[in-house]
Amino acid sequence: MAALVRLETRLSRLREEYFLKNRSVDEDRKIVYKAAVKIQSWFRGCRVRAYLRYLNKMAISIQKWWRGYQSRRYFRKMIKTAYFIMKMNFYNEMAVRIQKRWRGYYVRKYTHNYYALKKYLEAISLNNEIVRNELQEYAEMNEKKKKKKDLEKKEKEKKYKARKMHYLLSTEQIAGIYNSPFRKFPDPMELLLRQSKPLSHRQQQPKSPFTYDLYDWPTCKRPPAFPTGEPLPPIGRQKPQGPFRDAAEVLRQRYKPLEPTLRVAASISSPLEKAREEMKREEWRKCIHDNEFLPFSSYHKNEKYELSIHASEKIGKETYGIKHFREVQPNKWIAGKV
Amino acid sequence: MSQRQVLQVFEQYQRARTHFVQAVAELSARPQNIGTLRDAGVISLLRPLLLDVVPTIQQTAALALGRLAYFNDDLAEAVVKEDILPQLVCSLSEQNRFYKKAAAFVLRAVGKHSPQLAQAIVECGALEALVICLEDFDPGVKEGAAWALGYIARHNSELSQAVVDAGAVPLLVLCIQEPEIALKRIAASTLSDISKHSPELAQTVVDAGAIAYLAQMILNPDAKLKCQVLSALSQIAKHSVDLAELVVEAEIFPVVLTCMKDSDEYVKKNGATLIREIAKHSPELSQFIVNAGGVAAVIDCIGSCKGTVRLPGIMMLGYVAAHSENLSMAVIVSKGIPPLCTCLLEEHEDHIKAAAAWALGQIGRHTPEHARAVAETNVLGTLLSMYMDIRSSEDLQLKAKRALKNILQKCTYLPALEPLLHDAPPNIMKHIVGQFSKVLPHDSKARRLFVTSGGLKKVQEIKAEPGSLLQEYINTINNCYPEEVVRYYSPGYSEMLLERVENYQPVL
Repeated sequence: MAALVRLETRLSRLREEYFLKNRSVDEDRKIVYKAAVKIQSWFRGCRVRAYLRYLNKMAISIQKWWRGYQSRRYFRKMIKTAYFIMKMNFYNEMAVRIQKRWRGYYVRKYTHNYYALKKYLEAISLNNEIVRNELQEYAEMNEKKKKKKDLEKKEKEKKYKARKMHYLLSTEQIAGIYNSPFRKFPDPMELLLRQSKPLSHRQQQPKSPFTYDLYDWPTCKRPPAFPTGEPLPPIGRQKPQGPFRDAAEVLRQRYKPLEPTLRVAASISSPLEKAREEMKREEWRKCIHDNEFLPFSSYHKNEKYELSIHASEKIGKETYGIKHFREVQPNKWIAGKV
Repeated sequence: MSQRQVLQVFEQYQRARTHFVQAVAELSARPQNIGTLRDAGVISLLRPLLLDVVPTIQQTAALALGRLAYFNDDLAEAVVKEDILPQLVCSLSEQNRFYKKAAAFVLRAVGKHSPQLAQAIVECGALEALVICLEDFDPGVKEGAAWALGYIARHNSELSQAVVDAGAVPLLVLCIQEPEIALKRIAASTLSDISKHSPELAQTVVDAGAIAYLAQMILNPDAKLKCQVLSALSQIAKHSVDLAELVVEAEIFPVVLTCMKDSDEYVKKNGATLIREIAKHSPELSQFIVNAGGVAAVIDCIGSCKGTVRLPGIMMLGYVAAHSENLSMAVIVSKGIPPLCTCLLEEHEDHIKAAAAWALGQIGRHTPEHARAVAETNVLGTLLSMYMDIRSSEDLQLKAKRALKNILQKCTYLPALEPLLHDAPPNIMKHIVGQFSKVLPHDSKARRLFVTSGGLKKVQEIKAEPGSLLQEYINTINNCYPEEVVRYYSPGYSEMLLERVENYQPVL
């Protein structure tokens, strides 16, 4: 019984205790539950992170390997192109050397001979010197001729003047103006007067009508001089005396046109012969070739087949490519030596 | 009345007519009387006298008409309008030689003024009559007829063709062979007038065999004849290569070169014209002339003459040098450049200076050696000043600019280029700086000279748009020198240094 009382007393507290215990257990449970959740979540997180890290590492490894592979490929390609470029540069260099030599040779052989040009220019200067000298001589010769002509003209004038002034000659009694007694020797004019024949008073011959100066005639450079060499004809013109025929008649006869007879005018061959010749000439002209036109079958029956140029072979083997590689044209060389 | 008295009346009338006609002819010889004579109606008075019974009156009347028409084109038109020409043409075939000469003189006087008057002469059938006169025995008649034909043919090619169609050319070639000098002169001048218009007319003249006779006459000592002959040959040769070759085949070289030393100026001018017309067609003809020593003769001729007489010689050198560089070198070797430079400096006329500038440009444009030969004579400065001078004509400026450009593009002779740096305008400066930029990177002595002569300084002062060709050239030049040197010469360097002095904190 005592236990029962004890229990009964405890009973009233039982509910409270039960409630309190439950509450504390509840609260603990919440805390414990949260702790457990935290622990679990963290652990799961660790696992997932470990898994991700692992995945990451794998991915990196794959990518590393793949990139290495690509770069090595690229590198091999780069090396190949660099090698190719080096080779091409080398070939280009060598080709330039060959072309340089060949172009120099070809230009010197076929196009331009430098030494010939140099010689040509020297020859031109020499030739120019010669031409200049000759022209100089020619000009001097002309000058001399002109001077001589002028001198001669002056001489002629002087002589003419002396002839006109012949009366100025000195006589025994009276000394002329050019022979003054105070002089040692007479003036040269005096000597000229002594030598010259006096001009006569006779009228000059009338100038013949054929000597007028054509050069000056109608452009009025000289005073007007009418070209009437003959005197004016009288009004009633008389016929020339003598047994002359009328001038008009003579001219008519001289210039009579030819009047051939029919026989002379006609040609030697008769019209029939001429027509025959004409026909022959036409045929000869029209005939282009001698082969008659035959239809195909009979024309080509007996023909021999001729090889085309491409198919026909030279006698013996082809020498180009074996015996020689270069074409040489000696007739186009501009210098002698090879 | 007795018969004598009747005849006396007629004699008086004839004397009166003769006196009138002679007086009119004398008066018309002086130009101041012509106005008065025209107002007095002299043409209508002279017209019936042309048909007079007495031949002397006819001739004198024709002579008077010719003199009147010669001086004045109104009177020439009046002669045409009054229908005097048909009468003249008819009587040309019938009368004696004095009348023929007078009639030919009238036709010449009328035909010289204008193409329309010449056409009127052709239309009234004068050409056939004149051609018949060309066959006459008297050399004076032939001369008159040839002269009239020449004046008609001078105006244009249709009239020339009409003259040729009338059959004048073979007769003219016969006239050339006559011994009288005046006739030869006139015939040569007529052939020259005919052949100058077109290649077909020139070919007609050549087909008549004129070239051989003309070529022989070059040796004749008469100066005026030589002038006309050379002019005729040059008019033939100017049209085409074939005609020029025909002229050359007549063996005129080296005889033509003696004409270049003649004392008469016009002979020299026409000789130079002939050589020029031959040289301009093809390099082979120029080569032939050079081989015959023609270049030396022309150069001497240029040196000895003054004024327009030099012009054909200058153009000939330009044409020869333009064909190829070998010919240009031949011109240089024959000492062609100094006379051209003196021409540029001395002459007053712009067109001669333009021709000299053009010729120099043609010589110097081929290779650096040619450009150097031209530049060594210091003519580039003259060309530049001519280009910049506002008083020069446009033609001169254009030719000077082109010549400068052509020479500068090949010139590597730096001492001649440096003086140009200082005054050149931008479009020329570009070429000069370009040439420097080509030469300086390779030549260290030239670089040194460039700096010491102040060229680098000048180049720094040039303002160029960035990205333009000029700027590229300037950059190339600047890259040839160390940076300090370029900075030293750049403008405003002294100010920059002074600023640095001002802003400097002294280190204590």
